[in-house]
Amino acid sequence: MTLTATRASTSRTPERVSLRERHPARFFILALLLVLLLLIVAPLLVVAINAVKSPADYAANGPLALPHHLYWQGIVDFWNRANFGLKLWNSFITSIVVAVLGVILSVFNAYALGIGRVKGRLWFLVFFLIANLLPQEVLVYPLYYLSKQVGLYDSLWSVIIIFTVIQSAFGTYLLTSVYTEFPKELLEAAAIDGAGKWRSLWRVVVPVSRPTLAVLFTFFFIWTWNEFFLPLIFLISNDNQTVPVALGVLQGDRMMDATTTSASALIGIIPAMIFFLIFQRTLTRGIAAGAIK
Amino acid sequence: MAGSTKNRGYAVYLIPGMIASIAVIVVPLVMTVYISFTKWTGIGSPRWVGFDNYTRLFEDANFWASFGHIILLIIAMAVIPTFLGLVLAAVLFDYVAKKFSDRWASVLRSGYYLPQVLPVAVTGIIWGWILHPSYGALNKIMESIGLGSLTRNWLGDPKYALYSVMFVMIWFQLGYPIVMFMSGLQRIDPELYEAADLDGATWWQRFRKITVAMIRPELYVVLVTTTIASLKIFGQIFVLTRGGPSNATLVPSYFAYKNFFEKAQVGYGSAISTVLTVLIVILAIVFLRLQNRAERS
Repeated sequence: MTLTATRASTSRTPERVSLRERHPARFFILALLLVLLLLIVAPLLVVAINAVKSPADYAANGPLALPHHLYWQGIVDFWNRANFGLKLWNSFITSIVVAVLGVILSVFNAYALGIGRVKGRLWFLVFFLIANLLPQEVLVYPLYYLSKQVGLYDSLWSVIIIFTVIQSAFGTYLLTSVYTEFPKELLEAAAIDGAGKWRSLWRVVVPVSRPTLAVLFTFFFIWTWNEFFLPLIFLISNDNQTVPVALGVLQGDRMMDATTTSASALIGIIPAMIFFLIFQRTLTRGIAAGAIK
Repeated sequence: MAGSTKNRGYAVYLIPGMIASIAVIVVPLVMTVYISFTKWTGIGSPRWVGFDNYTRLFEDANFWASFGHIILLIIAMAVIPTFLGLVLAAVLFDYVAKKFSDRWASVLRSGYYLPQVLPVAVTGIIWGWILHPSYGALNKIMESIGLGSLTRNWLGDPKYALYSVMFVMIWFQLGYPIVMFMSGLQRIDPELYEAADLDGATWWQRFRKITVAMIRPELYVVLVTTTIASLKIFGQIFVLTRGGPSNATLVPSYFAYKNFFEKAQVGYGSAISTVLTVLIVILAIVFLRLQNRAERS
């Protein structure tokens, strides 16, 4: 909105036309920005062209030449060796369950703190803020030890439970500030209609705040998908690994040559790119929401 | 009084969240702090040793080195991206969007943000391969354009490893401040810029007096979140260098990890993580104070 308004008002002023004529330098600035873009994207492009190159082709023509023909064997081999379909499924199921449970937990907490304004809400908020900042290293050993005691070690559930709590600490913090501004009239109207707190929550609060909840869901999903440290420690057996862990631990492997490495990187990039495209709008909006609070 | 009766019954909704937080955050946190005063291999029961781990820690050259490396990583992850991001966001918002189109600005923004959406492990793989001494793309490219004498073992030589990691981290982080600052810039009233133009302000003056002043809240948030992220860095180090070569890229979290899971020195590892946590919490409190003061003035 602001952007279009700005443009409309400047284009009406005559100065803009003269500026355009006086400054061919503006294309120089654009060219600089495009070079920077190329530098940032280049590593991904290099990975993409080498992932579909045969090892012989790579040895003969180096990393920058386009592949002579599309060679998919590197990707297929890596996929089979790493049992990648299963890793994708593990990552997907973990991320989706964490995102759903994390949003629900954040809603409950924020309902009590933002709308219910329970006693000591400031202290609860400080608690959630600090919980959100803690390095995972300070929690990891006891969690590792306790999860072994209760038989959750090396199970996706351990990671799901831990990340649900960690993500919802952020969610509670963000959502409470949103719910503090929640229109009181809506809640009063619901109360007059005889709705209790439980019904008001599901019939009024959740539907009205759906855009924020969508942003939280997106954040939780992507953050959990990208997590490395705790899954590395908790998911030790091959069948339980998530995508980042599977890719990370294979790096020390002697069997990894240049083309296999690019192939593995490419199949790690593709899901992230798909999420990026699907969620792009929510994400940019959501980062803005996080900035204000 | 009326308020408190009306608000009764909401506290129930905190119960699941609090039980979960106590189990996953409070209890492990307290345990780690307790373990940091003991000697423990992870098996059997911990033996109380008082402040031994901490005195040992402050005499450990590796501990100081790991925090020294963090200072360089703060420069690479917080300072440089924030400064570059500020300039780039202002150029995109105030120059590209106006002189070209919003479309150009948003395409460039998305491109710069791209590295941020990749899983950390994937970032490590990409750069680990590009910087690899024998089959890496960078050395191959340098050889093919006649710079063969400048090729290095970028991640394997203690002289260059940390700088290589810093470079990768700038690449990784740059998009985050750009996106944050551009969203903050939407708030600025375009009339402010027009008034500045009428007064004959240069672009640099406008940038300092209007742009930077208006997005100060975002500036705080970006600086503190990126600084905390650099204190916590683990994944990239694990995948790129594993803290090596000869501890040249050792960072506190990896140092703690090694003590926990490789050396079975759980007490010592706990002391490292406790110190790291204290640092982060202090940083967060200082930040909140500064932010509050800025908001009041």
